[in-house]
Amino acid sequence: MRIRPVGAHALLLDCDDPDQVEGWRAELWHRRSAGELTAVEIVPGARTVLLDGVPDPARAAALVAGWTPRPADAVDTAGAEVEVPVTYDGEDLPTVAAHWGVDVPTVVARLTGTRFRVAFCGFAPGFAYLTGLPAAWAVPRLATPRARVPAGSVALAGPYAGIYPGASPGGWLLVGRTGLTLFDPPADPPADPPARLTPGTRVRLAAAP
Amino acid sequence: MTGRLEILRAGALTTVQDQGRPGWAHLGVSRSGALDPAALRLANRLVGNPEAAAGLETTLTGCALRLTRAGAVAVTGADADVRVGDRPGDVGRPLSVPAGAVVRVGPARSGLRNWLAVSGGIAVEPVLGSRSTDTLSGLGPPPLRDGDTLPLGDPAGDPAPVDVTVGRPAPAELRLALRLGPRDDWFDPAALELLFDTAYTLSPVGNRVGARLTGAPLPRAVAGELPSEGIVLGAVQVPADGQPLIFLADHPTTGGYPVVGVVDDVTGLAQARPGTTVRFHGPQR
Repeated sequence: MRIRPVGAHALLLDCDDPDQVEGWRAELWHRRSAGELTAVEIVPGARTVLLDGVPDPARAAALVAGWTPRPADAVDTAGAEVEVPVTYDGEDLPTVAAHWGVDVPTVVARLTGTRFRVAFCGFAPGFAYLTGLPAAWAVPRLATPRARVPAGSVALAGPYAGIYPGASPGGWLLVGRTGLTLFDPPADPPADPPARLTPGTRVRLAAAP
Repeated sequence: MTGRLEILRAGALTTVQDQGRPGWAHLGVSRSGALDPAALRLANRLVGNPEAAAGLETTLTGCALRLTRAGAVAVTGADADVRVGDRPGDVGRPLSVPAGAVVRVGPARSGLRNWLAVSGGIAVEPVLGSRSTDTLSGLGPPPLRDGDTLPLGDPAGDPAPVDVTVGRPAPAELRLALRLGPRDDWFDPAALELLFDTAYTLSPVGNRVGARLTGAPLPRAVAGELPSEGIVLGAVQVPADGQPLIFLADHPTTGGYPVVGVVDDVTGLAQARPGTTVRFHGPQR
């Protein structure tokens, strides 16, 4: 891990791999809760963790250098595993099957059998990038994004699975849909996260009954 | 006494803004909030509101509105004609508004944006503790349209005993302090020299998400995109065409183009019109 400067009030932890990102995210969230770190935002990315709203980045960098990330598979997510009921009828299932060199039922079996983890959020409020698929199964985005992807669409792009919390344009390959509400922000800042899928959450994309 | 604000003329882009909703970037929620937060805080203080109250942010062409109850209004930001009924007012001065009177904010004579606070604040339903319109994600109330009405809160205090405040003139050239990183190593030293030597022009394509610059394209030492990573306010992102983009309040929370550096203070961009010259310099130490 390498610490990179980001302006006057932020730092970027540039990590070696996604597991280290998860380890640092968990460690830094814990340190902040314990009052050992001041940061308005702790934002995991694909290979990084951003600390923003840091009063003294030099001091924070020195603190971070003295800490170690938690092993990603030992991170306590308080038993949080979200089972997302998915109807696997996405129009890009045959495309995914062709990329993977298997038939559509095998694609569905692989997706339902994978234990995903929320690597990070972005693109839209409540949109979670789910890791867990082998790198060899990465799929390209559509060359031309769809103008409108319905809310609840379950889709793949690159090494990630994701679920569109609201309708939006999108270039991911659609494999199914869910009726689960993923982002429902209340008026006042809540004690619990307003998103169903937060960084570190374990996720299964189960076949809907 | 409950009151309402009737929007008679919404103008080019008028949104409800407060100090934004920081703290949720890890869930993909942008900070949003007034593009010049201090200007909105000042407008709130002038009418006796808490600084965190919600007001309006107008763009270039001002707005016109009516209060259904008597109250105080203050306008800060760009130099513009302000009227209460037929009575002329000033930017940066609290104005007493009788019930039913029309408040008009004219087009900006220089600069781009005004912030308008009303005693009691705008009391639309908050989202995650903020009433700000996030133009990127759609959180908060939609941009205002002619005929909209907005609820007002209860006045908290008396208007500030102040005659006039000094505004900030909109310069023809904006000089922005920039700190390199986190991805300056995606550019060779010649590109970084170019970044500090170029007189960029502010593009008309800019909005609350970001200010686009046009000028000498920055050649990159590394091609392609990097894996998505967190973005901060003021980040200067360089997409494939080499033309820098400075992220403002409604910026996405993550992005895949390299951020060459971060601007210390973006509030000057809130008043910078398209065509304004923008230069970067290193931070003063």
